[in-house]
Amino acid sequence: MKAIKIQKILFLGILSLMTLIYIGPFLFSISISFNADKNVFDWPIELIPSDMTLDNYKNVWKDLPFGKWLFNSVFITTVQTISNVFFAALAGFTFARLEFPGRKIIFTLLLSSLMIPGIILLVPKFIVLNELSMINSYGGLILPGLVGVTNIFLMKQFFETIPKDLEQAALIDGCSYFRMFWQIFIPISKPALAAVAIYTFQGSWNEFLWPVIVSYTEDMYTLPLGMASLRHELLTDWPLLMAGTIMISLPTLAIFIIFQRYFVQGVSSSGLKG
Amino acid sequence: MANISIKRIKKVYPNAETATIKDANLEIKDKEFVVLVGPSGCGKSTLLRMVAGLEDITDGDLEIDGVRVNEFSPKDRDIAMVFQNYALYPHMTVFENMAFGLKLRKTPKAEIKEKVEEAARILDITHLLDRRPKDMSGGQRQRVAIGRSIVRDPKVFLFDEPLSNLDAALRVQMRAEIKKLHRDLQATILYVTHDQIEAMTMGDRIVVLKDGNVMQFDTPMNLFNNPANKFVAGFIGSPSMNFIEGKIDTEDETVFKSKDFKFSVPADLRPCLKSYADKRVYFGFRPEYIYDKAIEKTKRLSQSMEIEVQALEPIGSETFVYFHFTGNPDHQCCFRSDSGFVYQIGQKVTIGVDIDRLRFFDAETEQRIM
Repeated sequence: MKAIKIQKILFLGILSLMTLIYIGPFLFSISISFNADKNVFDWPIELIPSDMTLDNYKNVWKDLPFGKWLFNSVFITTVQTISNVFFAALAGFTFARLEFPGRKIIFTLLLSSLMIPGIILLVPKFIVLNELSMINSYGGLILPGLVGVTNIFLMKQFFETIPKDLEQAALIDGCSYFRMFWQIFIPISKPALAAVAIYTFQGSWNEFLWPVIVSYTEDMYTLPLGMASLRHELLTDWPLLMAGTIMISLPTLAIFIIFQRYFVQGVSSSGLKG
Repeated sequence: MANISIKRIKKVYPNAETATIKDANLEIKDKEFVVLVGPSGCGKSTLLRMVAGLEDITDGDLEIDGVRVNEFSPKDRDIAMVFQNYALYPHMTVFENMAFGLKLRKTPKAEIKEKVEEAARILDITHLLDRRPKDMSGGQRQRVAIGRSIVRDPKVFLFDEPLSNLDAALRVQMRAEIKKLHRDLQATILYVTHDQIEAMTMGDRIVVLKDGNVMQFDTPMNLFNNPANKFVAGFIGSPSMNFIEGKIDTEDETVFKSKDFKFSVPADLRPCLKSYADKRVYFGFRPEYIYDKAIEKTKRLSQSMEIEVQALEPIGSETFVYFHFTGNPDHQCCFRSDSGFVYQIGQKVTIGVDIDRLRFFDAETEQRIM
């Protein structure tokens, strides 16, 4: 009994330490964002600012083109999330349910594309989009992220767990394959769709590298890029930067908290079943 | 409703060495209840799914109501199917499940409502129309699945082991309900089961399948009393028919000789066995037609045979008595006895078999000789 108790305490200790490591910087960012003093790194560091203010949050809206960046981020993320959910589900359904020549080869090719590091693809992607005159445009920002292979894989795995009888009942009822996908498979795949939506939303909302490469005017910046542009070599307004960062991380946090149930369910059902 | 004509139908799966269905020929009449029965892997579900259009037909012709439908998609065959695991759409209510097929066929809303309510009334599920499948029991789900098929008023109903997932009591109840439904709807039904009791109690005619071959297509009583071959004789009936392998000896009189016993074939059966002199045959006799000679005095029984009781299985109204013949203790047989008669394990009993129910099968072809 005593050994178990010690083990429990040990686990709890490790867990608390890990939580602190992960959540510590976030809490520090919150603290900085409310700090009226610009020299936030002066010793002794004040975790609870002596001079609290909301001005940093106000200034984010007032001093920066935050509204424009927010619009860009929301627009790009929305389009990419919707298109990922739709196309990943459609492709997943096709690979899971339809018989056609070359199905396995195409799917293997698709999966093998995951082995190529994303960095390598930056240059070819840029060249293609440049040829299409899409640099520094919404098209250039959105197009490469319209559908992800991981999402297709996730949806395929999920659709494979749906009993074949359901598909056959729909065929006998008179469904075409698209109607079957749209009216039967999509409504019963909410957990997997939610997982895909959350993954995509998070990825797209926080995406930094691609917007850096493809956009060069401030009006095409997304929020992470806009925030990064506040960092200067000599002078950085840390409280302003942190206020903006906290604000842009709120939607992801909110979505995760709201859809946490679906998220966990989606990951487990798409990964383990079947 | 319609008749179904299955002509020389064959099914070979890609990369398979043997055909799953080999040359099936069946004429199913309008309004007939036909049951496909056989052990696992015999091809009964494959045959049903070919009729449904869910499996391609490798060779042969399938006609529904005189029209060749080999290339028709399932929705164009005017059939409805009930699946073993119900296959209800989980996100739809019972009403929506039943109405879905009609909606796709662009049936007017008022007509859909009328048809669904009528089907729900017939199946006694009116109170469930707003529920979703997960909120219902297995029996209720199966009713909904049946309801979904009857609202469409199709030419042919196909049932793929619909009662396998239900408990024993519910299965008996649903069996009677489906039979009643058949009477009321006057529908052509093709029904798959592996349960021979289900087949016997429900079918107007039964198709017995084995390894993709149709072994016999006949009425339940004909299958029971006049099986075409040893497989059907053994498959239909519970407990199954007893078989003893032996040889026909026609030296003095026609005698069946085996390890178990030596048995003088009754005079009126001898002509049929004449050509089997010195050939190996199976002697078959059902547990129902074996009688204790000390008790049964009225029936025309065969020559006496000495047995020893090995085990007893009382099921209430009767007892299954497992025994062996004195000559071969390793070969177990069975007879059904009225539970009023008490036997002891190890007891020696003299039995006789109803002469009119004796069956002989060719040991080579396994076809019935008589």
